[in-house]
Amino acid sequence: MPETVIELEELHKRYGPVEALGGFSLQVSQGSLYGLLGPNGAGKTTVLRILCTLLAPDSGHVRVAGIDALAQPRAVRELLGYVAQEVAIDKILTGRELLELQGALYHLPADRLRARLLELTDLLAMHDWIDRRCGTYSGGMRRRLDLASGLLHNPAVLVLDEPTVGLDIESRATIWQVLRQLRDQGTTVLLSSHYLEEVDALADRLAIVEDGRVIAEGSPSTLKNALGGDRVTLRVREFSDDVEAARVQQVLQACPGIQQMVVNRAQGHSLNLVVESEAVIEPLRRQLAAADLPVFSLSQSRPSLDDVYLQATGRTLMDAELAVAGSRDPKAERKQAMR
Amino acid sequence: MTSAPSLSAPVPRPEAPQATRSALADLSQEILALTKRLFLQLARRPSTLVAGVLQPLIWLVLFGALFAKAPEGLLPDGMSYGRFLGAGVIVFTAFSAALNAGLPVMFDREFGFLNRLLVAPLRSRSSIVIASVLYITSLSLVQSLAIMGTAALLGYGWPGTYGLLLVLITLLLLVFAVTGLSLGLAFALPGHIELIAVIFVVNLPLLFASTALAPISFMPAWLGWLAALNPLTFAIEPIRAAYGGNVSLTATVLEAPYGALSTAHCLLVLAILAVGLFLLIRPLLDRKLS
Repeated sequence: MPETVIELEELHKRYGPVEALGGFSLQVSQGSLYGLLGPNGAGKTTVLRILCTLLAPDSGHVRVAGIDALAQPRAVRELLGYVAQEVAIDKILTGRELLELQGALYHLPADRLRARLLELTDLLAMHDWIDRRCGTYSGGMRRRLDLASGLLHNPAVLVLDEPTVGLDIESRATIWQVLRQLRDQGTTVLLSSHYLEEVDALADRLAIVEDGRVIAEGSPSTLKNALGGDRVTLRVREFSDDVEAARVQQVLQACPGIQQMVVNRAQGHSLNLVVESEAVIEPLRRQLAAADLPVFSLSQSRPSLDDVYLQATGRTLMDAELAVAGSRDPKAERKQAMR
Repeated sequence: MTSAPSLSAPVPRPEAPQATRSALADLSQEILALTKRLFLQLARRPSTLVAGVLQPLIWLVLFGALFAKAPEGLLPDGMSYGRFLGAGVIVFTAFSAALNAGLPVMFDREFGFLNRLLVAPLRSRSSIVIASVLYITSLSLVQSLAIMGTAALLGYGWPGTYGLLLVLITLLLLVFAVTGLSLGLAFALPGHIELIAVIFVVNLPLLFASTALAPISFMPAWLGWLAALNPLTFAIEPIRAAYGGNVSLTATVLEAPYGALSTAHCLLVLAILAVGLFLLIRPLLDRKLS
């Protein structure tokens, strides 16, 4: 049984009237690549900021490698590398100067800093631009430089907040590759993401975060297999409206063998069903045809991580994203991030 | 532009943090690096430095010309107005530079760069403040020396060796006090707009309500009182005396409405102000940096 490196216990945090975390607990074992999955505003960033000692929880415990982060923050900071979501870069410095500053803040001796700079320049393919000013960098370069600065002191634990948001596919692939490599070499990696495919492709284990709590936890394959049943996505028209979707729902209620039924508003009001077995599908088609709602398209699959999310939260991740998209307050969020 | 990483590069195993280095070595390393960053910024964006010298220079030339024909007897000891103004402009230079000390810190707060510093295992977070003080002190002294040099070229005089020492000590105390104030504001105010607004509002009125441009004897009583309580005056008068060749600590340099002040009095007030301001903002810094 590998050692637990990150222990978060019953974290509570409020920003004024808003409860960001309501009893968040998590354990991450050494050498794993762990994903926090959830929509924006679920509390992922707050958790990572607390872990990195940037923010004090209202209550709860934080331990990294057995060290109490609230009592000995400096010892914990030495163990952690943190790649924040909003990339804070000094535009007027070159990448190298920024890394040298970072090295000094982690008290690396000059020779070790030089060696690390060479290694990381290779690892993240930064040769061509590391001596240019950061202000000229693309999003992908910035993120790689930020990753380099998080890795500079060989942290035992690397924490990344939404590491690939807004990146081109190539930069994303580079970062994924580096993260896997780090994990293989024993670094514990904790990342947050609201990309299902990112967590599915990368993480050994994941936690689904909703409203400041972990509501499901496990390896992607365990979570998927635990669901059972077949998934069916059904449309009676390419884009239906909610009235039509309700009619379809009504018809299907009469069909046996359907375990679950959700209208996916984000995808043209298609219906996502969980069925006992394939045998359910033919009678289902006949019922709909009889009700003058012939099937336009129907696809069938084994459970995906999206289904895991749907099962755990009662809505798809995309719906959850849409729900919070209108209610975000950039001003309040900036205030939270500012000291 | 984007290329895959070379997989031959080794990623060393995480190692335990070193506990062997002395705290002092760590501390000087981090302060040096943070200060270096501020100077790199200055070297690549020298406009702050240039504007900080140019503005007082314009004051010196324009105001000097404006009052060149000031009536005899307006100034004590038949001093020329240019010579009188010199001390005021030197102090104003150092004061303006120090008043801007909080701006880089405010931008670091706003852009999240401060968070990058706070995630690092700094030996002491005072390093961030110390680096700012070191930077702004050198910057303002360099600017003041540039103004002093120009004033000398304009024929407004130059203090002797002891005088120069006295000028530098006076400026240093004023710069410490004002830097403390500005850093405090940089952490207390919500953003750079507010900070710039406060700087704007404080800057010129403090200059006009001091003895930089005119002696107290020239002012209405109420303004004279204000000027005699203004910290800038406490810096201007010892420097003016030093320029006049008077470097005695005990000689009277200002006839304030409440009594005569010596150079020693002025320096003491500035020192108390500097220490007091840093003590005052300390709880704020502790809270924001912990």
